[in-house]
Amino acid sequence: MLRFILSKKNTIALICGILIATAFISRWTLANRDVFTWSLLVASLLGAAPIAIQAYQALRVKVVSIDVLVTLAVLGAFLIRNYEEAAIVTFLFLFGAYLEQRTLNQTRSAIRELTEMAPESALKLGENGAFQEVDVDEVAVGDILLVKTGAKVPVDGTVVSGEGYVNEASITGESVPVGKEKGSKVYAGTILDNGTIQIVADRVGEDTTFAKIIELVEEAQDPKSEAERFIDRFARYYTPAVLVISLIAWLFTRNVELAITILVLGCPGALVIGVPVSNVAGIGNGARQGVLLKGSEVITDLSRLDTIVFDKTGTLTEGNPSVAETKYYGADIEEVLGYLASVERESDHPLAGAVLEEIGETTFWPVENTEVIKGSGIVARVNGHRIAVGNVSLMEKEKVELTAEARADIARFAQSGNSLVLTAVDGQLKVLMGVRDRVRSGAKEVLQRLRKLGVKNLVMLSGDNQGTVERVSQELGLTEAHGNMLPEDKAEYIKGLVEKGRIVAFVGDGVNDSPALASANIGIAMGGGTDVAIETSDVVLMNSDFSRLPHALGLAKATARNMKQNIAIAVGVVLVLLTGLLFGDWVNMTVGMLVHEGSILAVILNGMRLLGYKLNNKNER
Amino acid sequence: MKSATIQMETLTCPSCLQKIEGALKDLDGVEKDTLKVLFNSSKVKLNFDEDKITLAEIEAAINRQGYKVLQSKVK
Repeated sequence: MLRFILSKKNTIALICGILIATAFISRWTLANRDVFTWSLLVASLLGAAPIAIQAYQALRVKVVSIDVLVTLAVLGAFLIRNYEEAAIVTFLFLFGAYLEQRTLNQTRSAIRELTEMAPESALKLGENGAFQEVDVDEVAVGDILLVKTGAKVPVDGTVVSGEGYVNEASITGESVPVGKEKGSKVYAGTILDNGTIQIVADRVGEDTTFAKIIELVEEAQDPKSEAERFIDRFARYYTPAVLVISLIAWLFTRNVELAITILVLGCPGALVIGVPVSNVAGIGNGARQGVLLKGSEVITDLSRLDTIVFDKTGTLTEGNPSVAETKYYGADIEEVLGYLASVERESDHPLAGAVLEEIGETTFWPVENTEVIKGSGIVARVNGHRIAVGNVSLMEKEKVELTAEARADIARFAQSGNSLVLTAVDGQLKVLMGVRDRVRSGAKEVLQRLRKLGVKNLVMLSGDNQGTVERVSQELGLTEAHGNMLPEDKAEYIKGLVEKGRIVAFVGDGVNDSPALASANIGIAMGGGTDVAIETSDVVLMNSDFSRLPHALGLAKATARNMKQNIAIAVGVVLVLLTGLLFGDWVNMTVGMLVHEGSILAVILNGMRLLGYKLNNKNER
Repeated sequence: MKSATIQMETLTCPSCLQKIEGALKDLDGVEKDTLKVLFNSSKVKLNFDEDKITLAEIEAAINRQGYKVLQSKVK
């Protein structure tokens, strides 16, 4: 019975509304006091029923909830036979609850949409060799699954056959489809845009990247920041306090009207709900854009950020060295490039990969008598020629004569931060290549936008030599840049900044930066959905896309601002009502309830604005 | 010791959290420190001792407060 009444709350609110309308219409048009009074009496009894039940349930577990305050207020109104106020207050309270539910659902929609992307079924290869549809929970590691065009990838896995394009927006926030073929990794919750693939399940259920993201986002909506914890404690003692104050007011003045008005005014709605609402909308916006913010504390810190420390490799630069500059000397270069590629093909030196990529398709030759000279390069015999590939000191050892022109080129290449790869054929210098790690495209613009958002210091730390670091720093216009740093050094350096009172964020790829991520106020990981990154950091840029950083920062600022606005609305409303009660006569129970519900809706609607937040370009320029 | 995640219907009122917390924290077998009521995702997470209390009993306690349980997962 009790549950039946509660489940019909919305219907009851509607009936109350109709009864109240009937009451007033009959009063004005028929001048009939009886219908007026009886309608209101029924309306308030009916409306009070679900509220009283909730109050009783709360009291049973020793909680003084808003329902308790409202029930007492309505009882008081009954005592003084003010059915008009009793009816209107119960109606407003029920109708307000309905509106709150509707609007709150809206603010939570971003995160709900994300969770709804979770796959539910999979096509699993059975023992009879045919694919059968099973619940996703029944998939085990090692199962072979079929994914058809338009279907969701059910688990994290590796493609074993077929090819296709996958939309990975649910993981990375990036909706441009990614090509997948045999051996490619695919993630649960992503959608196969076209093609058909068969995958072997690597991680299932709660171990998938998608499940971890959901878990993280759901947890992030709720864990409490300092401010929220305060409001929580506040609410716990606040409602009983309101009860006591109203009792005292009644004892001293014997004025029931005043006592019940205090009860209604005291309902702590907007104050309790304001901060969580901003929080959920802000985190929801981020999750849709591939920016995971781990909770409101992170948002607060991020909004006050003044220093960002970047790891160089893989963050500001692309992380895989490539040939940036090339110079040829003499003729028969095609042939020389073939020799060079043949030698480099047998090497596992990081620079060799860059050189091979630069040369591309060529004729390969058998390589003989390969000799690796540590720290210098390789000497080998190819097609009857002596080929030397390496740095300047190797050329000196090989007695290669360097012309004035070549010497000038070498100096210039080195100065722009290149590692040098020289190739000599039979003692003649033929090719000079400058290999370096290129700055990510757009990095400079991103850094400028960060400055416009109020970040004062942009610092780069790197294990590379100071020369390379300086060059990147100049190209990007950084505040400071330090080279030759081990991971411990980076952590130490960041600790120093934090001790100086700066609010520091560290941006890294999350793989070997854990100490630095941990010592900064905020660890920002550029993790393409890797577990380490998701677990160790405070903010994750899901598609490793550093250009999302300004959005993350702007969003954090907007969310923090939104929380403050909501607190201001809530406190402001209470202050205005209290002043009205003490110094005026316009505040009664009905006005109190109206304003109370209005302020709750105001903070929810204000929070909802964050869902549509986009970094405004015109503000930045 | 098992851990449960209980999905409820949408929580809206600010005192819902207190009520559900109050209803669960003193149940024998529920580990008080692990009890978390998540407002925005409308979920309860807790660890419980399966020798002392069943999931059905925990769900019933939430139900008695007037909140419908939609789905529960136990590990």
